[in-house]
Amino acid sequence: MRIKLHGTRGAYPTSSKETRKLGGNTSCIEIIEENERLILDAGTGILNIAFDSYNNSDRIDILLTHLHMDHIQGLGFFKPIFDPKKEIHIWGPGGSSYPLKDRLNRFLSPPLFPLMLRDIPSKLFIHELPNEPFKLGKFLITSKFVCHPGPTVGFRIQVGSKSVTYIPDHEPMLRNAHLFEDDNWISGFDLCDNADLLIHDSQYSSEEYESKVGWGHCSIEIAAELSERAKAKRLVMFHHDPEQTDKDRSRIFKKFMSSHNYDFPIELAVQGHEIEV
Amino acid sequence: MSAHEIEIILSRQLADCLTVPVFIVDPEGTLLFYNEPAEQILGKRFQDTGEMRVEDWNNLFSPHDKYGNTIPLADLPLVSTINSHEPAHKTFWIKNMEGKSFKISVTSIPIIGRSKEFAGALAIFWDNNLKL
Repeated sequence: MRIKLHGTRGAYPTSSKETRKLGGNTSCIEIIEENERLILDAGTGILNIAFDSYNNSDRIDILLTHLHMDHIQGLGFFKPIFDPKKEIHIWGPGGSSYPLKDRLNRFLSPPLFPLMLRDIPSKLFIHELPNEPFKLGKFLITSKFVCHPGPTVGFRIQVGSKSVTYIPDHEPMLRNAHLFEDDNWISGFDLCDNADLLIHDSQYSSEEYESKVGWGHCSIEIAAELSERAKAKRLVMFHHDPEQTDKDRSRIFKKFMSSHNYDFPIELAVQGHEIEV
Repeated sequence: MSAHEIEIILSRQLADCLTVPVFIVDPEGTLLFYNEPAEQILGKRFQDTGEMRVEDWNNLFSPHDKYGNTIPLADLPLVSTINSHEPAHKTFWIKNMEGKSFKISVTSIPIIGRSKEFAGALAIFWDNNLKL
């Protein structure tokens, strides 16, 4: 599998020079296996995907972790949605009193958006994620609800023996500096278990987190602890705080790395990077 | 062993923050977690006991009515909620570690999360003599 990071920023997009290196687009990654693709989240990063470059299928599958704006902001603006030949399947969490379609319609309708959902030119199919693993082409997809305000899932995507876990917004422990001792009490643990690649929320330093408890995000310390406990083979720290410049992020990351010694690679997510597992 | 449902995990996080005794059970009645105030009632620490089957944890309480008659397992609120998937409430007596009876009120609620499946139940034990 190849994983392209199209949007790595949390909360809202940034365009300053100071955030250019890690990237200013909000959450979106693309997972590619041969000529098949999945798109996870539709933040502004989705606008960077070259939809016809290697895959000319008229079907596009987009999996949404949740409906916070930074994860759906690109949905109304990426080109295939205006192409009547395209069949776009949007998958997102159920678990609300309102169907997924109604919740998406709040954004994709006036006054927030010029068109009604029903007037979008492409063929749009909206599915609530099943509670069981399911297949889309070569990809085996598992979604699980995780700790974050509102219905929010993380994804584990498998092809053969390889797996990628994507949990961009996650607060596995509220307030505590460490995870529970038992693995089965950790939010998202099954998704991360022995993953070849874990792309995980790491929005804050532990000091910053103290004033952001309950906001739905975690510290880089907790992300690394979760990765280690789950024996993930590589950790990509994702969902950068938009208030932090690249310099800020790098400084916090370097300080963390200098005081911890993990036996798996850890890196900051960089927009435009491609990772192979 | 797979991780618990997120609603159970969040229930534990809530219980950790409360000063009233809280018990969390799975759909079979197995006691998954009890918080520190609940340890005072059971006389055992969660980290020492770990999970307990319904028969085992019930024996620790010796639930009885005001005449000292044992209350059947099925009539206890938490067990009732496990069987019916509905909230339950009851006032009765239990024995503390010294064998002295005291009156408590128990309220249990089903934990049914976003998957719409019954994930277990949570009970709050209220010591009727307690003055906060």
